[in-house]
Amino acid sequence: MNFLLVVEWLIKGFVWAMVLLVGFAYLTLYERKALARIQSRIGPNRAGPWGILQPIADAVKLIFKEELTPSRADKLIFTLAPIVTVVPAVVITAVVPWGPSFNILGYHLNLYIADINVGVLYIMSVASIAVYGIVLAGWSSNNKYAMMGGLRSSAQMISYEIALGLSFVSAILLAGSMRMLDIVAAQGGYWLHFIPKWFVMLQPVGTGIFLVATLAEVNRAPFDMPEAEQELTAGYHTEYSGMKFALLFMAEYVKMIAISAIGATVFFGGYNGPFVEKFPLLGPVYVFIKIILLLFGMIWVRATFPRIRYDRLMAFGWKVLLPLSLALVFITAVGIILSQQVNPMLILVIPLASILAAGVAVALIDHTLRRKDYARR
Amino acid sequence: MRVVEPVVELARGLWTTLRMMFDKPVTIQYPEQKKPVKARFRGRHILKRYENGLEKCIGCALCASACPADAIFVESSENTDEQRYSPGERYASTYEINMLRCIYCGFCEDACPTEAIILGDQYELSFTDRRQSIYPKDMLIEPVPAGGSPTPQATEPGLYTRSVPEMKDPQD
Repeated sequence: MNFLLVVEWLIKGFVWAMVLLVGFAYLTLYERKALARIQSRIGPNRAGPWGILQPIADAVKLIFKEELTPSRADKLIFTLAPIVTVVPAVVITAVVPWGPSFNILGYHLNLYIADINVGVLYIMSVASIAVYGIVLAGWSSNNKYAMMGGLRSSAQMISYEIALGLSFVSAILLAGSMRMLDIVAAQGGYWLHFIPKWFVMLQPVGTGIFLVATLAEVNRAPFDMPEAEQELTAGYHTEYSGMKFALLFMAEYVKMIAISAIGATVFFGGYNGPFVEKFPLLGPVYVFIKIILLLFGMIWVRATFPRIRYDRLMAFGWKVLLPLSLALVFITAVGIILSQQVNPMLILVIPLASILAAGVAVALIDHTLRRKDYARR
Repeated sequence: MRVVEPVVELARGLWTTLRMMFDKPVTIQYPEQKKPVKARFRGRHILKRYENGLEKCIGCALCASACPADAIFVESSENTDEQRYSPGERYASTYEINMLRCIYCGFCEDACPTEAIILGDQYELSFTDRRQSIYPKDMLIEPVPAGGSPTPQATEPGLYTRSVPEMKDPQD
């Protein structure tokens, strides 16, 4: 039995790692295709039908590229940094459940790799390790652009991690647990038989903050400050080439997948969906569809909005998202207590009050920006 | 205080890009599909012939002197009635264009008194060696038209005394 458990873990870990790595390769293709369609182009279509072999061609190209190490670079850290970046990105999704447990051939199979009772805390802490990789990559390159990129990246990620963590808190409060399985279980079922009990319905603003903060966390446009080409060439990976660059690149895209998987689990009901109780294998399918849609959202936002200025990015993180997410935590807590103590219908306080809070935030931003605009004139 | 408008404006931006996804792509799959060039496109040079096959180029080298990039090299020789390449006294025995120097300005076209050199439609010019960039006369000259005969031709004396033909106003 013990041996079987080890085999099960190995297989699940291997499968999930492969899903992430192949997913990374095909995410690049997906992104290029989606961006191309938004820009009225076709996108890669030469390597294989519909460009299906394009990621393989890219990988082969990267493997055979010359690997340069700057002569004044700190060799050990320079080599270590991509690894430090990519490992957290891969292990972060270990706690994400992909489906309900079921019995197959008399064997009880759990569709998750690890079941930690502090799953959300694990995600937050492992995600923070990736910052080290990026700042070390920037520092060890001995290049001022790389250094600036690394510093910007670390400052940005630390700032937005607070908003991200606080947006998780409202989900934790609603589920009453930090365990990912409990969070998913709390989102099962329907209100009025058709509205899914996802946390995005209860806490839409919290979900919005999560989505915005993830963009900053994974350094995606419009918050791709560390890679602002016009200012910093390529940011922290300026000096990287060949497989080391591929690792940094991979970390970025795997993080995108991971954060989408986490978002799908925490706010969009995880593996919950129609008929998932009867056919447990639908669970991974729903998770997959939700991840794809969230990734499309990231690509869509990248295609739409221009990069915002660095000081505004920081101001937005500290002066808007942090107070707003603190207010949301308060609103969520009050709403839960009201619904438990007074009337279950009062759970509606949470979405309504949070939308009100978001409206106040938008009005304040607008007011401030217009006042600045007026002062400039 | 505006609350709804800023959000609506963000959403409008997103809606614009989403709507563009369902537009027809403007891509032209280049090596398979080619877009026809515009009427006044200036591509690779062509040396023209008259309908009877005689070359229009009379070797005057005005194109070479008009060329701002000094890309054209012309050497001329005497025509005889037994061996006639072009009307008039002389023809271009050597006509070379260095395609690496040429800037496709079309001044040679304007300078030519007989409309012998034309910048055509061909734009797929590539070579693997610098020496291949020099296009000699046999690459530039157009094939003999139907009903004409190749140069040199034996012609009747006194028939082709004028180098520059009667010409209409240039069109297009």
